[in-house]
Amino acid sequence: MTVPAQQIKFYQTGSFAVGNRLLDLEDRSVQADTDRANALTSGHRACQGCGEALGARYALDAAMRATQGQMVAVNATGCLEVFSTPYPQTSWQIPWIHSLFGNAPAVATGVAAALKAKGRTDVRVIGQGGDGGTVDIGFACLSGMFERNDDVLFICYDNEAYMNTGVQRSGATPPAARTMTTQAVGPEPGNAFGQGKNVPLIALAHEIPYVATATVAELHDLEYKVRRAMEFRGARYIHVMVPCPLGWGSAACDTIRVARLAKESGLFPVFEAEDGEVTGVVKIRRQVPVEEYLRLQGRYAHLFGDPPRTDVIARIQAMADRNIRRFGLVE
Amino acid sequence: MLRQMEGSQAVAETVACCRPEVIGAYPISPQTHIVETLSALTKSGRLAPCEFVNVESEFAAMSVAIGASAAGARTYTATASQGLLYMVEALYNASGLGLPIVMTVANRAIGAPINIWNDHSDAMSQRDSGWIQLYAETNQEAADLHIQAFKIAEEVSLPVMVCMDGFILTHAYERVDLPSQEQVDAFLPPYVPRQMLDPAEPVSIGAMVGPEAFTEVRYLAHARQMQALKLIPQVAADFKRAFRRESGGLIRPYRTEDAETIIVALGSVLGTIKDVIDEQRESGVKIGVLGITSFRPFPLDAMRQALGHARRVVVLEKALAVGIGGIVSANVRMALSGIHLDGHTVVAGLGGRPITKASLHRLFADAIAGRVGPLTFLDLNRELIERELRRAAQTRRSGPSAENMLRDLALGEVR
Repeated sequence: MTVPAQQIKFYQTGSFAVGNRLLDLEDRSVQADTDRANALTSGHRACQGCGEALGARYALDAAMRATQGQMVAVNATGCLEVFSTPYPQTSWQIPWIHSLFGNAPAVATGVAAALKAKGRTDVRVIGQGGDGGTVDIGFACLSGMFERNDDVLFICYDNEAYMNTGVQRSGATPPAARTMTTQAVGPEPGNAFGQGKNVPLIALAHEIPYVATATVAELHDLEYKVRRAMEFRGARYIHVMVPCPLGWGSAACDTIRVARLAKESGLFPVFEAEDGEVTGVVKIRRQVPVEEYLRLQGRYAHLFGDPPRTDVIARIQAMADRNIRRFGLVE
Repeated sequence: MLRQMEGSQAVAETVACCRPEVIGAYPISPQTHIVETLSALTKSGRLAPCEFVNVESEFAAMSVAIGASAAGARTYTATASQGLLYMVEALYNASGLGLPIVMTVANRAIGAPINIWNDHSDAMSQRDSGWIQLYAETNQEAADLHIQAFKIAEEVSLPVMVCMDGFILTHAYERVDLPSQEQVDAFLPPYVPRQMLDPAEPVSIGAMVGPEAFTEVRYLAHARQMQALKLIPQVAADFKRAFRRESGGLIRPYRTEDAETIIVALGSVLGTIKDVIDEQRESGVKIGVLGITSFRPFPLDAMRQALGHARRVVVLEKALAVGIGGIVSANVRMALSGIHLDGHTVVAGLGGRPITKASLHRLFADAIAGRVGPLTFLDLNRELIERELRRAAQTRRSGPSAENMLRDLALGEVR
């Protein structure tokens, strides 16, 4: 086990957001630093409460600090790409390229190869995309980049469906969730059970130097993981849970809370791994039943009708319980 | 230096002299020998500093090339056939972003039915992808075109495909005058990118462009190709001065000045056609051939000048636009609009079918005698087709056509 991301923990009541202002200056988050890079700066067109915009901003500013500003980002097609660059406006204050939906990991490999050939290995490369661009259409390129151990950190901002095209199911959409292609109709409404893939674990199986999961609810943990990832050379992967108010049917003000409940319920295990072995998990601080997480989201509203689908909720709870056992999420 | 060598190796050695910085490689016949040779040259350290990336697909090969080129590296890859089609989305992206990637296409048929042999279906399917397309007649020209391709690509900020006939050229051993490193260095300066991912000057590349500027961006791509139309002959002339041989350019006329009949073709078949023309000239037939080296940009004016005086033009093409016929011919007719002459499309050599001198003699004689229609398939086995059509008419579940026809041939039912 490595040293935990943060020794001291302060929690706000209500949102359980980690406090920052009580820490020493050097322990405060990158986001709290007035000299932060603002890699994704204000003025972009993300929806109110967008988890992906937060996740990208947190991750890239942390990476900018870790690399002393020597960084290039490669973006898959998706919300993040669209809301950030309706040209002539761009929110990117870093060298940034968007090529296609399914090729961001390979483009990032190309950038890294060029930098190596030019003797500029001080410049680091980040690839990024949503869950569609990562777990589905970009998966072959991602696996290839992992397998070759190319010097790229790939970050997936996972909002569990194709949000940019109007909320359709992806390989990261959880069971029972309503999307426009897994509608809340019929005897088993929402997405099917027994489908989908766990890309953090698939990344782990590639035995790449570093794999981590994080949520936008724990800024310090997310920033630590980006910083840690930048201490390695080779392929690295961070999978960030980013709630989408539009697609999830949650309130814009609840993005952080929903992300926190995903982790606190056990549905989204937060861990890190080196060379294929789990080296640390972020324990559940105050365990909650999955119902608390599900109830905040319109995409699960069909589970809470009359009568409620307690059987389906129980199956989702069983998934959380399995994660808790598997990763040792409870002390 | 004169050497007896395989076409693929000649290309690889020449590409190596162009000092590529990133090479993405995925195996597909008949291109594999090129990247195999480059792999050895990179691994041995001779190409340093150069990164050779063994990717997981052609889509990744072109995507790696996009990233590398956008980061300011001179970038190369090679592919063929299904591989070219698998990278189509990235091909359009590379040209749309204006990245001067050079790629060899070892021309091969496209399935189904799967076929590894030569024709031009692959490259022709990408004629509108925004890439410059140069077609090689010989292995010497294939090698030389790569040096010119980097120069053209980097000058106009467009990617270039060097098309060479799969197997017929890639796997043929013949004499090639390999350029020296000093010669190539003197001809091809280091790549200075117009746009680059650089932390010192951060730019956003690949932003969303709406209707307010999309047409203009596309127009600019066309304007750059029109610029290439002027540049390609200049580069060929410079090349001739530096290397003392003719390679490249837009078109290559052969005995066309007084020709009443002009054949139009691309690639290695031009050699066979020239032999046939020499023989027909000996018996007094006024016939010539026009080779197209630059298919994109398409040299409309040069074609019109070279063909305008002829009585008939026969376009021999190794590709088929199903549902209409010719691809090259449609372009040639555009060049000849308003000029009245007999135009014929001849589809030949599909899936590696040999184009023999005997067949060409017959074809040209028939064309001159007015016995060739607007669309002809050279050496078509009509009996084989009739039999399959009869079978399909008689039985609802007649089975897969390709396999039926192969069985007919194997059983000797049809010759």
